[in-house]
Amino acid sequence: MNTIALVGNPNSGKTTLFNALTGSNQHVGNWPGVTVEKKEGKVTHNDTEFNIVDLPGTYSLGAYSEDEVVARDFILKDNPDVVINVVDATNLERGMYLTTQLLEMGTKIILVLNMMDEAKAKNIEIDIKKLSKNLGVPVVATVASKRKGLDMLLEESISYINKEANQRSIKSYGDYMDKEILHIENILEGSNFDYPKKWLAIKLLEGDMDVLNYIEKNVQKDNFERIKNITGKSQDFELEIVDKRYEFVGEIISSSVVKPEVEKVTLTDKVDKIITNKFLGLPIFAIIMFFIFQITFVIGSDLLGGYVATAIEMFGEFVLNLLEGLNAPELLTSFLVEGIIGGVGAVFEFIPLIVVLYFFLGILEDTGYMARAAYIMDGIMRALGLHGKTFISMIVGFGCNVPGVMAARTLENKKDRMIAILINPFMSCGARLPIYLVFIAAFFPDNGGVVLFTLYVLGIITALILGKIFSKTLFKGESSYFIMELPPYRLPSFRVVIRDMWDKVWDFIHRAGTIIFVVISLLWVLSILPLGVEPYSQESILGRIGTFLAPIFVPAGFGTWQATVSLFAGIAAKEAVVAILGMVYAGVSEGSQLTLALQSVFTPLTAISFMVMTLFYTPCAAVLATVKSETGSSKWAIFIALYPFVLGWIASVIIYQVGTLLGF
Amino acid sequence: MINNSLIQLKPNEKAIIGEIVNCGSARKRLYELGLNKGAKVTMVKNDIGPVILNLYGHKLALGRGLASKIIVG
Repeated sequence: MNTIALVGNPNSGKTTLFNALTGSNQHVGNWPGVTVEKKEGKVTHNDTEFNIVDLPGTYSLGAYSEDEVVARDFILKDNPDVVINVVDATNLERGMYLTTQLLEMGTKIILVLNMMDEAKAKNIEIDIKKLSKNLGVPVVATVASKRKGLDMLLEESISYINKEANQRSIKSYGDYMDKEILHIENILEGSNFDYPKKWLAIKLLEGDMDVLNYIEKNVQKDNFERIKNITGKSQDFELEIVDKRYEFVGEIISSSVVKPEVEKVTLTDKVDKIITNKFLGLPIFAIIMFFIFQITFVIGSDLLGGYVATAIEMFGEFVLNLLEGLNAPELLTSFLVEGIIGGVGAVFEFIPLIVVLYFFLGILEDTGYMARAAYIMDGIMRALGLHGKTFISMIVGFGCNVPGVMAARTLENKKDRMIAILINPFMSCGARLPIYLVFIAAFFPDNGGVVLFTLYVLGIITALILGKIFSKTLFKGESSYFIMELPPYRLPSFRVVIRDMWDKVWDFIHRAGTIIFVVISLLWVLSILPLGVEPYSQESILGRIGTFLAPIFVPAGFGTWQATVSLFAGIAAKEAVVAILGMVYAGVSEGSQLTLALQSVFTPLTAISFMVMTLFYTPCAAVLATVKSETGSSKWAIFIALYPFVLGWIASVIIYQVGTLLGF
Repeated sequence: MINNSLIQLKPNEKAIIGEIVNCGSARKRLYELGLNKGAKVTMVKNDIGPVILNLYGHKLALGRGLASKIIVG
């Protein structure tokens, strides 16, 4: 089977092309050892089967980020039969910089000019035949979002794979540089490498740390010193190489591309005048977010989530009746209905919220608004030592902290990314909302909105303060600069948004679903053991754990075994807190009986103290697992399990103690 | 303080990129985004928050700290 790799800038429509080519026939995973997504798919055209690999979107193939290293290693080590280089047809100057690097690698490439419709609309004329002749590579025009040009691309791929390549590349980097390149090549002579020697020489002169480390491991010490002497001669080598690449691009396109002299004022310009306005930008962003969350919680969580919950409940009752009719043992019935169906239910009830949230975030992403949101927030975030994009991951965290932590991937700088991950759990996720709602119903029915708002804001402020502290203490390092492309606004493609949404929802089910299911089932086991006790009673293992740990929470005002058990269950999954409170207090999972039960054991003060604890304390198991996989270390997962707990405990103790002193 | 950097440009003002100083690994990234020596840019927005540039007809937002390290001619 032939392998095709897709390479291109972010926003070049590369992933849209990948989806258009492979349809549903694809597989999403991770590149080994790094947290970079790996997408592969299959397509058959004229009896030729292709394996298509969507490499991460990059501007370059250096070592600026993990993405770039993944992309170039795949090209050089896995030797795909052909590399399809996707370029935004409206921005060849930028996009083809990457092309020059691919040509330097000596890999067979096909240049794809994507978004040709937009180029036409901008009156950019591209002579495809001439461009192809100038480069010595096949050039194909596509409109991936409208599935145009795909057949042509596949046909070109088939024929190019079987053809001898005659690609042009940069002949000379200037006399001086050429000499140094040759010099390094000579030193490397005699050893075997996974990479071409000339490419290594160029990368070394560019100051590529990743390649330097590789060379250090693979050549003798004196040779390494000689190489370092050459590369250390000037800081400007990298600039000269970059300049040569742009010169090459300029030369290639000068005779094949005509751009209008005066650019039209585009709709994007007009919209941006308002959206990024210094006075209007923030309020508009706030309003958009408000509506998205309103819709997410009202439709996603309450309405659709409610239907799912009812359906699962009915199914549970159906199974219960069925098993009772069959005289099945009580333990088996309880296991199936409460353990299994309850566990699956906890996952499924949450899915509508995730679906709706991702749908809207997908629209924001696809229209190009998300980049503006990061832009608008950067000013404020910068003052706190954080990056504008961090705010995007915080917003996603309001839905669920699992995708919130994942969203930190868009931050290229390691420091920014770590901070974004560590503060995300303070964004009050959708699963914590029912806890607040139960307590509000019981104690603050008239001021519910204020209480809820205060809790959310408390979470945000805490996250921001901690972010500032972390950036000053744990992760000093180089603070990253804000560099971000603002893509033109586009009408969202329904197909792209839906497809993206399902990808993420499946990822959520896969990641969080399995963990939530397992721990909820485990909780059930703890609640019925040792055999013979009343389930969810103080004598069960669960009850005993609660009784044992309860004294910890006495200073916070809720040192009962029941409250403790529910918090304990919340570490499994936050959905479990209300369910467990219901089971241990009222023998029902929710409703007015629970409200009455809570009123008899909590006071308004301890209710606030308890809510603040649930806002702050240890994130759920699914988040802990995600933090572990995203940071690649259990150390951070343990850290994030412990410090929020301590913080929550201190906060709730202060609230209770001060409140008591003040006579509440 | 460099007195001929990007940050001094007013909206709609055009300039040609010169040296980029003191910004570590960000320098190369800027080159690779097309802000290499000789590139023509137009300032789009420069009030609060990052500046927005027009580069080859596309918009690029740069933090103010970074913009003050890019010398223009």
